Amino acid sequence: MVNKSAKPAIIGRDDWNIQLDHHGRLKHFLTIEGLGSEMLTKILDTAESFASVNDQHVKKVPLLRGKTIVNLFFEASTRTRTTFELAAKRLSADVLNINISTSATSKGESLLDTLQNLQAMQCDMFVVRHSDSGAAHYIAANVAPRISVINAGDGSHAHPTQAMLDMFTIRRNKGPDFGRLRVAIVGDIMHSRVARSQIHALNTLNTGDVRVIAPKSLIPAGIEQMGVTVFNDLETGIHDADVIIMLRLQKERMQGALLPSEQEFYSTYGLTKQLLQLARDDVIVMHPGPINRGVEIESSVADGEHSVILDQVTYGIAVRMAIMTMVLGREPETEHYGNKR
Amino acid sequence: MDAIATPDLLLQKLATDLGKLLSERSIKQPLMVGIHTGGAWIAAALHRMLELQQPLSTLDISFYRDDFSRIGMHPRVKPSKLPPHVEDQHIILVDDVLQSGRTIRAAMNEIFDYGRPASITLVCLVERNGRELPIQADIIGQHLDLRPEQHIKLTGPETLALVIT
Repeated sequence: MVNKSAKPAIIGRDDWNIQLDHHGRLKHFLTIEGLGSEMLTKILDTAESFASVNDQHVKKVPLLRGKTIVNLFFEASTRTRTTFELAAKRLSADVLNINISTSATSKGESLLDTLQNLQAMQCDMFVVRHSDSGAAHYIAANVAPRISVINAGDGSHAHPTQAMLDMFTIRRNKGPDFGRLRVAIVGDIMHSRVARSQIHALNTLNTGDVRVIAPKSLIPAGIEQMGVTVFNDLETGIHDADVIIMLRLQKERMQGALLPSEQEFYSTYGLTKQLLQLARDDVIVMHPGPINRGVEIESSVADGEHSVILDQVTYGIAVRMAIMTMVLGREPETEHYGNKR
Repeated sequence: MDAIATPDLLLQKLATDLGKLLSERSIKQPLMVGIHTGGAWIAAALHRMLELQQPLSTLDISFYRDDFSRIGMHPRVKPSKLPPHVEDQHIILVDDVLQSGRTIRAAMNEIFDYGRPASITLVCLVERNGRELPIQADIIGQHLDLRPEQHIKLTGPETLALVIT
């Protein structure tokens, strides 16, 4: 139980290991940072097991029977929320969908009060999406020890489950040796939490060459320090690429005129069938979705033979089943970072 | 400690006894289901020896274990290959070693998630002491009494061998 008179725990920069319990097992899934290649590989291997479950006639296993999973979405999302819900149900868990904008928060309830109320209903896991970076960490540090938190996207910081399903898609198509791969991420890197998580995951898995391609106005300063090569020219950037990941132009996040127009963006950075020929013959084209046809990607590419965009959606369920199983399949702990019982 | 017969000899016994049981019960088209990993090897051999018509099915019980909240899940779970419907099928469930009975409990739960079989007949290569649930085999190759700290394991798949540690 959270001690009501204690001050909320503040997250520091060295706190990525809040995700792991005392035995080094995954307890929360908040960000790719702080997780090693062994852990990421374990997630991918576990997801393989669940991918075969989803091919069966009976797509349900009893692993999380009796557990209650709460989708706590402070930001609109249909796709991510739906896949988390499906994943939880296929594990036989009970699911609660809470859309905060229509709930008590709009009546002025504080975040901590919302959490304490949900905890009083004895839920086991929160899947959280929030427009503030660091929100998922804050929640993880302030919930009761037995509750696990999964980050479904926090501000522009991280979207780790998306990154993992992207890695799963790459591994399924290109094999386990990331060292020989050239991966290009194209588009609105500046505002993309997906891109940040992908870069961390690709680097942790020792990807040969990680490239980001975008106009200067959409590339955050200092991104080279993340271990990527920056390109402002699409043609040069996708040359000989094995994997091209297109990002959506995040109109709702852009403040200030960073681009002249969508048409201008498409003419310089849109992935067309013709440009795709510059990449390798067996290149795969990915996109976290939803796609803006004619803005970042040509329809014929999105629907073409190189596209694995719909596979990403399918794999997303297996990957989320794997992550939920891993964080809940442990003996619950009583000692907890930041809070004492 | 009793001497163990080799898997090949035990398989002969299983095939003979199972053949007799199937004709006694007039079961014409049984569905054989082997439990990964050792049970699947035994089932493959029996399926061949008895020339069964229905394709061999396999089960991985990892998702149905009762110790998930204690030890978590093994990352690599093999896919279960069961036909879409097990309604009214006579199932021959095959495993290598029967000890506590928990694996068989998990296997039966998994089968029933697929439908309602007409019957389940349990065939085990080796049965040993240490039962913790009211589960028994219909056909066994050999019964063994081992000390609690001893384990018996089937190795394979090329050459099957029973190893006691």
